[in-house]
Amino acid sequence: MLEIENLGVEVGGRQILKNVNLSVMAGYTNVLFGPNGSGKSTLLMTIMGFSGYKVTEGRILFNGEDITRLPVNERASLGIGIMMQRPPNLVGVTLNNMVKVTGKGRVDPQKAAEDLDLEGFLDRDVNVGFSGGEIKRSEILQLGAQNPCLYLLDEPESGVDLVSIEKLGHKVRDLLQGGQSCAGKKAKAGKSALVITHTGQILDYIEADRGYVMCKGTIACAGNPRDLLSEIRKMGYEECIKCKLRLATLN
Amino acid sequence: MQAKAGHAELKRKAEEARDKKAAYGQDIDLDKFKEGSKDIPQVERLAELSEDEQRTLLSAGVVPSEQGRSGSFVLMDESVVHSSIKEKGVEVMPVSQALEKYDWMKEYYWKAVAPDADKYTARTFMEEADGYFIRALPGAKVTAPVQTCLMIKGKRVAQTVHNVIIVEEGAEMEVVTGCSTSKGVEEALHLGISEFYLKKGSKLTFTMIHNWSETIGVRPRTVIQQDEDSTYINNYVALRPVKSIQTYPTARLEGRNAFARFNTVALAHPGSEMDLGSRAILAAEGSRCDMISRTIATGGKVIARGQMIGKAKNVRGHLECRGLILGEGGVQIAIPELEAYVPELEMTHEAAVGKIAQDQVEYLMARGLTEEEAVGIIVRGFLEVGIRGLPPELKKEIDITIEKADVKGM
Repeated sequence: MLEIENLGVEVGGRQILKNVNLSVMAGYTNVLFGPNGSGKSTLLMTIMGFSGYKVTEGRILFNGEDITRLPVNERASLGIGIMMQRPPNLVGVTLNNMVKVTGKGRVDPQKAAEDLDLEGFLDRDVNVGFSGGEIKRSEILQLGAQNPCLYLLDEPESGVDLVSIEKLGHKVRDLLQGGQSCAGKKAKAGKSALVITHTGQILDYIEADRGYVMCKGTIACAGNPRDLLSEIRKMGYEECIKCKLRLATLN
Repeated sequence: MQAKAGHAELKRKAEEARDKKAAYGQDIDLDKFKEGSKDIPQVERLAELSEDEQRTLLSAGVVPSEQGRSGSFVLMDESVVHSSIKEKGVEVMPVSQALEKYDWMKEYYWKAVAPDADKYTARTFMEEADGYFIRALPGAKVTAPVQTCLMIKGKRVAQTVHNVIIVEEGAEMEVVTGCSTSKGVEEALHLGISEFYLKKGSKLTFTMIHNWSETIGVRPRTVIQQDEDSTYINNYVALRPVKSIQTYPTARLEGRNAFARFNTVALAHPGSEMDLGSRAILAAEGSRCDMISRTIATGGKVIARGQMIGKAKNVRGHLECRGLILGEGGVQIAIPELEAYVPELEMTHEAAVGKIAQDQVEYLMARGLTEEEAVGIIVRGFLEVGIRGLPPELKKEIDITIEKADVKGM
């Protein structure tokens, strides 16, 4: 479904990603680990196509189509949706309205908000005065209304309190593994996800198929996500870099 | 006798001020304009007006059926075409009639606005302009709004208007004024004097919708006099093209704990020049003021002024003006001013001008909206902040106006 080939990305004139190769097959949930500043969020923002993330080399394929130069909304209509780490405030735009326009009128904001305990937020301006955890829930609410084929989730569990994480985790699982077919031109293609996680906590709720470790702007390791997580927990990210070096010498 | 002597003195001053340029706004040559007609026939009900006229009323938020309104007043050029009341506790009549009926009117007539403020006030004084007199009786809670419409019908007319609103002690009232132009009117001028008096513990919500047209010059002169514990809410909405507006309504908060709020929402189309200010003189202890201005320039020029003058203890005020420039040629000038004359007060301001934030547009685009749709939602949200707190039915009408306004270009 998603293939990233030899991707290099510059932000503000600085090279952030280089030689990134990664793929997410239809119906797969892949996880991206990596230390702070390794380029994980940059990768997600680049896949979505936000300006300021300049692709210097390589390409991004979605269902075989080269989307490297497509505008953000066209990627969205092909079936890509993102949960941003730090979405902007939309003053004067209520969450209710946001869910309505995102769901193209097919989604009842009230009902959708109940699942995430966000009924009280529907009349509030999107992200204005929201806590970290509230932003996560509001992003998932919007993504649910958008119903993409490929979910790009940037640390869905960070900042979410212990009670809310349960609801959020279940909601994410429903979205990724529920029976809904995705909106847009690739309906019924099966849901996929690329999920950034620091703690691995979200793996308590979703089945992950493949894990990647990102270090210094490139993919250092790939493998079984649970094995990778326990290795990282035991030995930290240092080991991944060494692993990368070993691979390099083998080649 | 004394009143007459006073009037003669005012008249002398007004005559002296006949060529006195205003402090702001481009100077308009008054000699180019003739007096408005005083002979347009009256109608018993607004529904008797022509279809075109009714449509013009509606577009400015004035309901021809008069349903859900406690009173209606319509001025065309300089003729009072309609004046009626439907609810107890409120009076609506021409100012000329109120002057005959109430001896005490001289305590209010030309007491807040000076006839010699500039050439526009002087001309209005010299013409002994008529307008609406609206009064909420002591303690009355007027449930439905009073609606008024000031319409220009004649070509090359300078419409002069003089309005007085009195909200007596403990009374509450809402007034909606729609200003508009008949189809095909070329080059006209609106000069409007408004003197509002809010007595102790009273509340007035005053909403003005300006729907002029490309060739109209507009020079309103408004002063609001506020007693103790009174609340004044001013909503100003101008989203349609206009040639030139210069207005700077001033609230004088002279009673303790009085409160004033100014909400301004405006759109400057190509060729429009809008010099929009709000001023509060916080002269009494504990008086407060909020000013919020949201303006968009799609090719025209906006000057958003705001001035707070703090002269007493425990005064508080906040002024917020934001301006967007959409498209080429638009100009935004934000001029917030704070003046403090005692130490124990707090007044703040924030001003921002520029284009729509790209990250907001892309955030919406990432949810599947086109760039045009995303900009539309952000712009509506931007204006929405300026009209929050309006009564729902009025908001709906304004939403439609915003919907119709062409704010897509970036």
